[in-house]
Amino acid sequence: MPTLEIRDLHVSVETKEGAKPILRGVDLTINSGETHAIMGPNGSGKSTLASALAGHPKYTVTSGTVTLDGEDLLAMTVDERARAGLFLAMQYPVEVPGVSVANFLRTAKTAIDGEAPALRTWGKEVKGAMENLRIDSTFAERSVNEGFSGGEKKRHEILQMELFKPHFAILDETDSGLDVDALRVVSEGVNRAKSNTDVGVLLITHYTRILRYIKPDFVHVFVDGKIAEEGGPELAEQLEENGYDKYVGTGATMA
Amino acid sequence: MAITTDHSRAVADGAHSHGVVPAGSRAERKTSFDLADIPVPTGREEEWRFSPVARLQPLFGEEHGAGGVLTTVVEAPEAKVEIVGKDDPRLGTTGKPGDRTAVTAWNAAAEATVVTLPAEAVATDVTSVRVEGATKDLTAQHLLVHAEHHAEGVVVIDHRGDATLNQTVEIVVDEGAHLTVVSVQDWADGAVHASSHRARIGRDAKLKHVVVTFGGDVVRLTPDATFTGEGGEVEMVGLYFADADQHQEHRLFVDHAVPRCKSRVTYKGALQGAGAHVVWVGDVLIQAEAEGTDTYELNRNLVLTDGARADSVPNLEIETGEIEGAGHASATGRFDDEQLFYLMARGIPEVDARRLVVRGFFAELIDEIGVPSVEERLLASIEAELEKSMSAITGVAE
Ligand SMILES: Nc1ncnc2c1ncn2[C@@H]1O[C@H](COP(=O)(O)OP(=O)(O)OP(=O)(O)O)[C@@H](O)[C@H]1O
Ligand SMILES: [Mg+2]
Repeated sequence: MPTLEIRDLHVSVETKEGAKPILRGVDLTINSGETHAIMGPNGSGKSTLASALAGHPKYTVTSGTVTLDGEDLLAMTVDERARAGLFLAMQYPVEVPGVSVANFLRTAKTAIDGEAPALRTWGKEVKGAMENLRIDSTFAERSVNEGFSGGEKKRHEILQMELFKPHFAILDETDSGLDVDALRVVSEGVNRAKSNTDVGVLLITHYTRILRYIKPDFVHVFVDGKIAEEGGPELAEQLEENGYDKYVGTGATMA
Repeated sequence: MAITTDHSRAVADGAHSHGVVPAGSRAERKTSFDLADIPVPTGREEEWRFSPVARLQPLFGEEHGAGGVLTTVVEAPEAKVEIVGKDDPRLGTTGKPGDRTAVTAWNAAAEATVVTLPAEAVATDVTSVRVEGATKDLTAQHLLVHAEHHAEGVVVIDHRGDATLNQTVEIVVDEGAHLTVVSVQDWADGAVHASSHRARIGRDAKLKHVVVTFGGDVVRLTPDATFTGEGGEVEMVGLYFADADQHQEHRLFVDHAVPRCKSRVTYKGALQGAGAHVVWVGDVLIQAEAEGTDTYELNRNLVLTDGARADSVPNLEIETGEIEGAGHASATGRFDDEQLFYLMARGIPEVDARRLVVRGFFAELIDEIGVPSVEERLLASIEAELEKSMSAITGVAE
């Protein structure tokens, strides 16, 4: 069974003033089919964890290991990680002017699978997935993320998750900026991917509302660059009621 | 009162922005057919301040030959091609030369190639003017493309090979005609090419003027467009790709001298390699009598590697308050690493991701050209250019 294994991960971000440590020893194991929620206050390092796993050049791993299926993820380039089965739905998806969604999806699918998708079935698959996510068919000819609303960008991310069929998906605040209807549509997409492909999911969020649609097996409280507590779904309810005060030490309060 | 704006919003490190321009109004710039009126530049003049005048020096002299390029015209069945003497009354009607190379080109050329689309003719094929460098001997050339009233057609001027060419291209679009002129600079590495395009657009006429510059050591093109009747329209589109040590300069001037005309200028370029230098200057003058003018100009540069330099200067002068719209934008940006990350995070290898981004940068513009053979050629040339920078990347990675 494929496993994403993070051991004692320390990560710094490159700033003008030099390297700034953000992650301070993250330990996390995700098996395929499992859904893990990560919840934590602003600035605690959740996106940093997501970006570092995907291989963003701004983040430097200073120590620790990450393996995907036993392979050293950190030794891979960004595109190799994606082809190895890792997917990151970004908190702020990037606009790519002049590159149509249709062309982008086909190019990425071809890269991930190592061969071009069959022409006849691919068109139908894309169309069906777009319909399920309530993405208008005109989006196929629009430039990637350009002029998309916040909610449209998030749906476009989940569209990719459904089409690319990764082994592990990190969803960085996919719920933020979604109204109730969109939240339901997006959650259904994630659940379809889960049941179709047995994908392991790392769901980063501030609120429990998405967890009412996507049931987590485990909940991790993320504070000051590491996991402060772990538990089952009930932990999310406690966090919703009590906030993070009990985890945030004197040194970690925000200015 | 004239309102003048002149600024470039260059945003990239290493890109240059020029907020202060010493010269006065474009309307006051000296133009003349007489060599004595326009002296050899020093390089400090407004119109030469970005140019490598040393590399252009031979073109400033009065002596030019005529045999350095071979010109072959394959015309549409409806079009007419003639070689005429310089005394032909159809020449010199599009305005006077406005800088030293333009005036030397005018005086040095003894004859001209004239392509005419007769009145009301609708060309069923592209007319192709192929200018092939034969020797490096300094050569003057004069072309006239004339669309008579209500004619429609496409003329592609295609420059290849190695040459030292000083050129005049006159473009006359008579009442109600629709003309597309494409000039492709696909020179070999050492070519030096100065070209003054001067266009006159009549009442309700429409000119689409397309410039594509890839090759050459120095290419300096100065397209001027003047409206002579109301309801005229010009769309000027440019696309360029400069490599190490190449200088590509495009200086445009749109003269709104009559009311209710429309101009759209869109130039985009990519640069790579040390010493690559592109210059774009877009002067638009809306004269006092040009009420109802509608104009917009845009220049964007994409800097792919360190050591390349882009100068971008839009310059809009407005002498009447009664306009429909007037605007301009200029931006020079580095290759966006976040776009690269996004595409690579979807499994797309770096080389392909870069290619997608650069093609995407040009995509809109290529669609606008509307001449399929030119569009295909362009895509192929962009691929070839990218091939160069990609091998540089893979070289570094290894
Ligand atoms: N490029 C950067 N330069 C400086 N500091 C950075 C940079 N990137 C991240 N940080 C800092 O790292 C810390 C963690 O940021 P991160 O985005 O990972 O937090 P987060 O948990 O995702 O927050 P949010 O809930 O607001 O999305 C923050 O203090 C942030 O300011
Ligand atoms: Mg975040």
